[in-house]
Amino acid sequence: MTAVAAREIEFRDALREAMSEEMRRDTRVMLLGEEVAQYNGAYKVSRGMLDEFGPRRVIDTPISESGFAGMAIGAAMLGLRPIVEFMSWSFSLVAADQILNNAPKMLYMSGGQFGCPIVFRGNDGAGGQLGSTHSWSVEGLYSNVPGLTMAIPSNPYDAKGLMKTAIRCDDPVFFLESERLLGMKGEVPEEEYLIPFGQARVARRGDDCTIVAFGRPVHLALEAAEALAKEGVSCEVLDMRTIRPLDAGSIVSSVRRTGACVVVDQSWSFGSPGSEVASLVHRECFDDLDNHVHRVHSADVPTPYAHALEQEYLPNPRRICEAVRSCLYRA
Amino acid sequence: MANRDRPQTEAPGEPFMNVHGAPPSGVVRHEHPTVDAALARAWLRQMLLIREFELRCMQAYQDKKIGGFCHVYIGQEAVAVGCVAAVEATDPIVTAYRDHGHALARGMEARHCMAEMFGRAGGCAKGKGGSMHMFDRAHNLFGGHGIVGAQVPLGVGLAFGTKYLDEVVNGGRSSRVTLAFLGDGALNQGSVHEAMNLAGLFDLPIVFVCENNGYSMGTAIARGTTMGHNISAKAAAYGYEGLVIDGMDVLTVYAEMKAIVERVRSTCRPVFVDMRTYRYKGHSMSDPRKYRTREEEEQYEMDDPIGAIKGHLEARGMTEEEFKALQRDVRTEVRGAMEWSESSPAPPVADLYRDVYIERWGTYTGSSQPEMLGGAENAPQFQAFDPKADLL
Ligand SMILES: Cc1ncc(C[n+]2csc(CCOP(=O)(O)OP(=O)(O)O)c2C)c(N)n1
Ligand SMILES: [Mg+2]
Repeated sequence: MTAVAAREIEFRDALREAMSEEMRRDTRVMLLGEEVAQYNGAYKVSRGMLDEFGPRRVIDTPISESGFAGMAIGAAMLGLRPIVEFMSWSFSLVAADQILNNAPKMLYMSGGQFGCPIVFRGNDGAGGQLGSTHSWSVEGLYSNVPGLTMAIPSNPYDAKGLMKTAIRCDDPVFFLESERLLGMKGEVPEEEYLIPFGQARVARRGDDCTIVAFGRPVHLALEAAEALAKEGVSCEVLDMRTIRPLDAGSIVSSVRRTGACVVVDQSWSFGSPGSEVASLVHRECFDDLDNHVHRVHSADVPTPYAHALEQEYLPNPRRICEAVRSCLYRA
Repeated sequence: MANRDRPQTEAPGEPFMNVHGAPPSGVVRHEHPTVDAALARAWLRQMLLIREFELRCMQAYQDKKIGGFCHVYIGQEAVAVGCVAAVEATDPIVTAYRDHGHALARGMEARHCMAEMFGRAGGCAKGKGGSMHMFDRAHNLFGGHGIVGAQVPLGVGLAFGTKYLDEVVNGGRSSRVTLAFLGDGALNQGSVHEAMNLAGLFDLPIVFVCENNGYSMGTAIARGTTMGHNISAKAAAYGYEGLVIDGMDVLTVYAEMKAIVERVRSTCRPVFVDMRTYRYKGHSMSDPRKYRTREEEEQYEMDDPIGAIKGHLEARGMTEEEFKALQRDVRTEVRGAMEWSESSPAPPVADLYRDVYIERWGTYTGSSQPEMLGGAENAPQFQAFDPKADLL
């Protein structure tokens, strides 16, 4: 291996590199959404893309989520590969019919005639004191729907590799980014790479308890694991990277080894990726477990505004540590 | 050309004698369009086929061979037939759930359409769609869609897509026009207005064909829609043309639509059409039509679109015997479609999990089954981009 000076870039730049590289490679790909072009993106993810690709391929839309999501789905039915930016996934709710009824069901209800190769992407999750309507974690709500894939990167390297896979994917991809992470820096090689869907990353090795996490909560789980290590508890942290498909194999083999499992999912607990993982582990690792799966979610309330309340609402390292200790009968 | 006067009844509590209200000036029926007689006869046959097909559907529904919701097109045949005749086979079409007529007019075989309703493997969507979801890739029919109005943003996307493909991907000129059909009730959906705005904003080659049959289920247009007597005026708010067409006369529909489509093809400016029509049957199979009078129905029945084209062809020499032969012909075709559909097998149960995803990470059998394990060996292989193979 040649030693190349590691290049560090921000999460948002990793996303943009992925989109730009794919747009250079394939003219079928275009980006559309509110403020993506002239404003350079509400969160500057698409900065400079209008200059490179022009207004035919980097397209400012009016505030019509249902209209432009549906429009992009129609274009995808023709074989184009639109990337649709939602300023926030919270705003995708007004386009719910288009993104849930049309995109993921088109292939099925047309008997395999029309697919929908499209990427919907944007900010997901609370933490910016944006109050109840703007703080959605849509993992639980949307992952319920068959026919879509859902990716949720936790770092710049994964963001780029998963985004490139998303753009080349023939199925609709719901790509959940976190505004909290957009400024995060991380190593991203110059060479091209793709990260396959359905392949978790072991973010930390450990023997006593498996912590399964998605997206930003991976960092909270790592913080918790660090604290627990000081107590002599060794945690394995799995960064799932995609929710659909779910890398059940990595979860199962880790839990069979550790015998304990905590899942951290920032969406609400009722009918969620967290409950799905719990069910999976109970089914596949029943004889390996010393305790039931413990779950850390956002509190089962609308997202509060006040900073202290919001921090308590979100999964946080303290709550994760408590869950691990309880799971290991160390509480 | 005769101006068709349909007076509006205003008295509250009075039944609507004419559900559409007075037409804005300019609704005309073309009495002497220069259409080739053979072409006109082909349209008559298509309209007879649709009507026969729909009558047999109603029967099959009573016999419980068709399940779910089923909406028939009887009375509106001239719209689909005239509009489809006015576009090229490569022009995309998308419509709502009242879609059998569009499918047949577009060239889908009656048996594939009927088998879909029977829920058989031989259906156009292999029995996965049903009455509301007629899809036909070979004929550029991008579906019947069940959510009121939801197909309209898709139509705008098809127009965006053909223009993008022609101009950006292939470096040529925009050459295709999309027809997006919607009901008059759909005009009250937000997504439709978002889509209409986008079409105007982005200069998209699309014709919104609002099949104004005067009712959304039991709601007469005046009860649910502002400016119900003149909905084409709404197009002005989006900066483009809105026209009214007599949708009970296929010759008029064709002549007007042909001109509109060619205009849209060359200008890439959308057009909205208030296509005046009437459904003779209930909204779906379970509608006793208590919300309208028999008199009103009779008034529109005297204006039967099949009668109109038949009269036109008779004036040009078609004999009663020739007409009867056409009727026999379509009856035979639909009977054949019924028999074929009966003998088409039910979809195999293994198909339940097919066509959920194109890419497979192992065999798909539902969420988080162990078969869905990740791993490099299951990573999808990406094909090089081949526009000729991939794109429509
Ligand atoms: C979003 C939504 N709301 C309600 C319905 C139930 N529904 C089906 S058809 C219909 C009436 C639509 O009327 P119109 O658009 O005029 O079409 P037509 O049936 O006359 O062809 C309604 C209310 C639906 N399918 N989708
Ligand atoms: Mg109607």
